[in-house]
Amino acid sequence: MGANETNVIGRAVRRKEDARFLTGTGQFTDDVNPPRHTHAYFLRSPHAHARIVAIDASRAKAAPGVVAVFTGADLEGVNGLPCGWLITGTDGKPMNEPPHPVLAKGKVRHVGDPVALVVAESPHQAKDAAELVDVDYEILPAVVSCVEALKPGAPQVHDEAPGNRCYTWSLGDKAAVDAAFAKAAHVSKLDIVNNRLIPNAIEPRAAVASYNAAEDAYTLYVANQNPHVERLLMTAFVLGLPEHKVRVIAPDVGGGFGSKIYLYAEETAMVWAARRVGRPIKWAAERSESFVSDAHGRDHVTHAELAMDAEGRFLAMRVHTTANMGAYLSTFASCIPTILYATLLAGQYTTPAIHCEVTAAFTNTVPVDAYRGAGRPEATFVVERLVHQAGVDMKLSQDEIRRRNFIRTFPYQTPVALTYDTGGYDACLDEAMRLADVAGFAARKAEAAKRGRLRGLGYASYIEACGLAPSNIAGALGARAGLFEAGEVRVHPTGSVTVFTGSHSHGQGHETTFAQVVASRLGIPVENVDVVHGDTGRVPFGMGTYGSRSLAVGGTAIVKALDKIVAKGRKIAAHLLEAAETDIEFADGKFTVAGTDRSKTFGEVALTAYVPHNYPLDKLEPGLNETAFYDPTNFTFPAGTHICEVEIDPETGVVEVVSFAACDDFGNIINPMIVEGQVHGGLAQGIGQALLESCVYDAESGQLLSGSFMDYALPRADDVPSFKVGTKVTPCTHNPLGAKGCGEAGAIGAPAAMMNAVHDALAAVGVKSLDMPASPHRVWKAIRAARA
Amino acid sequence: MYAFELHKAASVADAAARLAQTGGRPLAGGQSLVGAMKLRLAQPGTLVDLSGIAELRGIRKEGTALVIGATMRHAEIADAADVKATIPALADLAGGIGDRQVRNMGTIGGSIANSDPAACWPAAVLGLGATVVTNKGRHAADGFFKGMYETALGSDEIITAIGFPVPRKAAYVKFRNPASRFALVGVFVAQAGDGAVRVAVTGAAPAVFRCAPLEAALAKAFTADAAKAVKIDAQGLGGDLHASPEYRAHLIGVLAARAVASLH
Repeated sequence: MGANETNVIGRAVRRKEDARFLTGTGQFTDDVNPPRHTHAYFLRSPHAHARIVAIDASRAKAAPGVVAVFTGADLEGVNGLPCGWLITGTDGKPMNEPPHPVLAKGKVRHVGDPVALVVAESPHQAKDAAELVDVDYEILPAVVSCVEALKPGAPQVHDEAPGNRCYTWSLGDKAAVDAAFAKAAHVSKLDIVNNRLIPNAIEPRAAVASYNAAEDAYTLYVANQNPHVERLLMTAFVLGLPEHKVRVIAPDVGGGFGSKIYLYAEETAMVWAARRVGRPIKWAAERSESFVSDAHGRDHVTHAELAMDAEGRFLAMRVHTTANMGAYLSTFASCIPTILYATLLAGQYTTPAIHCEVTAAFTNTVPVDAYRGAGRPEATFVVERLVHQAGVDMKLSQDEIRRRNFIRTFPYQTPVALTYDTGGYDACLDEAMRLADVAGFAARKAEAAKRGRLRGLGYASYIEACGLAPSNIAGALGARAGLFEAGEVRVHPTGSVTVFTGSHSHGQGHETTFAQVVASRLGIPVENVDVVHGDTGRVPFGMGTYGSRSLAVGGTAIVKALDKIVAKGRKIAAHLLEAAETDIEFADGKFTVAGTDRSKTFGEVALTAYVPHNYPLDKLEPGLNETAFYDPTNFTFPAGTHICEVEIDPETGVVEVVSFAACDDFGNIINPMIVEGQVHGGLAQGIGQALLESCVYDAESGQLLSGSFMDYALPRADDVPSFKVGTKVTPCTHNPLGAKGCGEAGAIGAPAAMMNAVHDALAAVGVKSLDMPASPHRVWKAIRAARA
Repeated sequence: MYAFELHKAASVADAAARLAQTGGRPLAGGQSLVGAMKLRLAQPGTLVDLSGIAELRGIRKEGTALVIGATMRHAEIADAADVKATIPALADLAGGIGDRQVRNMGTIGGSIANSDPAACWPAAVLGLGATVVTNKGRHAADGFFKGMYETALGSDEIITAIGFPVPRKAAYVKFRNPASRFALVGVFVAQAGDGAVRVAVTGAAPAVFRCAPLEAALAKAFTADAAKAVKIDAQGLGGDLHASPEYRAHLIGVLAARAVASLH
């Protein structure tokens, strides 16, 4: 694009933030070094489940450089960490919410559970001293599987949650589903494990907490996705501090994928301790610590059934899921396998009756919470694996089974609470099939067979509910927070603009996308717009970034503020041009008297607002600075079809992803380059789940066996193919940008597409069912078992 | 990492004296030891840095052997024209170790002294019947690798070079652990100038070992089919998150066949 171009919607504008990231001049939490700061180290439980008989910190306190040592007993008056979503069970009772102490009290419940905070002059001194904290543990039997945890006689994680049950919850019309199954011509069934994942953002969690005695105020720098939510939960629920005396800054943040949404024990303990110590405290997690302290993702065990008529039309779906909550309820843990999961089980299909029952269990594992997609990848996996199986069972091609059941009339009310506003599922399927060259697949498969290799093709036609969320609907479903977003547009006297958004960018490129929205709306160059985020001291109260909500909700809040700016600008221009306000038109950065060539530029109007010498001061305040809060009226529904092609070496079990095509409908697109980058990253994560990533705990000891990158396989560049991506657009009907969100789609569609491809390939050798990840060992075993 | 003393040795004699004096550990490329120290799994009081010792460097032909200095880095060996021309399997093996950073720092001597059960170099040493030369003498490959992280080296014994007999043919095929990318199983197959066949397997057991059934079969017929026909016993092989002993046994045969196939 040329310099100073203003109409930049839909243009691949280079990311404004990249200059600092590529030159190493970003400011991450660990780059913050306040004067006189100390260093924190958290002593963590080495056991999955143990009673703390005694803690003696005296040797640690006397160690070189140690400033203070705190244990659970020291945190008097500090409440437990809260859960932000109340799920009410099928029995009408609220979920079990056992206490989640900031530092362990009485018991430890997972490997990595924080037991003591050591503050010292250097990180090494803190770590050395932590080895001198004597903890007398009485080791208890542990349970790590959510299925085992619910069995009678399983070790009890919390006294407050008998049988380790958090809740049993259901959605949908069970009677209608039972009736439909009774008259079905065919039922397809599957048992599915959605494997537990460890997030691993490139920047580990970090925090720097300070206390200013003169102001009686706290400042917390923290690698976090939603600083206002962090502050609200920490001050109001845990520490009982006045909210206005705590400033939370989430500066540059190196990825989150959900794992940095939550209020964690570490930063909470540090804020509390900063006042006791009287000096700033700094902490950055080591990677090994991240593995045992960042909230994990997924971990569902599901039985699902799909009833069809003789032509393969879906009549009903029945789903039973057991979800692992881990040892404690993380901030949004309870809503992930319920509100963000069961509501998506209609997928892109007209299935008239759906019933889903979910039981959530506590185990001696790291808490589980939202991870890129959060409930929706799990739902898509259930639906699309079932649809694949249905196609196989009904002897219909994978596109035909889908086409027979696609929703084509909008708005569409699903039987699981959501109302899809718009969509175009055939268009995405058609384009994905073209990108994937489905027509040439048979020849490629035959050629691979000559080399002794098995080729398979897998489809996933996913849908997600994004743009979280209408606060009233969320509230009715148990949310303990609003889900609006805030934006402030501050026009400077010379006409440049600073935008303050409640959204938070930790890799998404908001500084560019949002600037494009503002530049295009105001008719000013994109270079004249800066975006500020991640600081409760600067931006209005916002809800942050997760659930692919930032453009649809945060962007819309900015648009609402821009509307106010333009409305006021029109008044100012009317005064300057001595015309009626209703005659003023605003386009291309100019306020014009309709039907004339008399106009004032946006810059002239901005200057007048701040130098109000010729200004209707009796009717209008000076200045050009507007704030808006936007609460969406519905979710947005990004959808698309992903098609994966794999080639399997039956001799070794190695699965190679040879091609991956994705056609997504994200609504209107502001920056196609950024969207494509989001899709690539999401697909890599989705392929990672399906092919490589496997969080494994030892069933007896509860030790995390996949506790480092030596054993936990993240996808590398050579594990994924060069993606073929396309988009189709049905604009969202209920936000002014027509945007739906794109951040999670890749991770939602890819696992199902990939595993369907693996099953397609392995059908040739008789393999019926294989769980993720499709590791060489697992594939080889499945082939061997099928041949035996 | 715990605090430690670092001594930069000027010569092998200096390094040996310092090791004897302090009970410390030699530091070559540090790609295993420093990582273990960062995780506090290793706690040496003294490190004796070998990287500045000129006599541990270089690659040269000595009679019928290719001799590689102990602190030659994987990347240097992978790129060395002498290695590529004489025993290309060694260059291939070196170029497939770890990632670029590891290859630019890690050394052949360090890898052999460490005897990681999933390391690549031990397979080449054993597969070619190399000689491990130290400041105290010479070790034949057979018998050098005693077990997991255990070799025949004495406490102040320092590897100075490795002498590889030049084979008629040799190939190394590695099946990577999907997470660590170390050898889940690696098989080094060599046919010596006199036709004798050696097959060394890494990644599959506590230490690298020779696979007698494969050697016997390939001595009769040096073909992929001959390797495939051998049934490998899973007894004594390692099982973990990534592979059962049975899978490792199966892979040994598959990789040996592929190594042989690559030589035809």
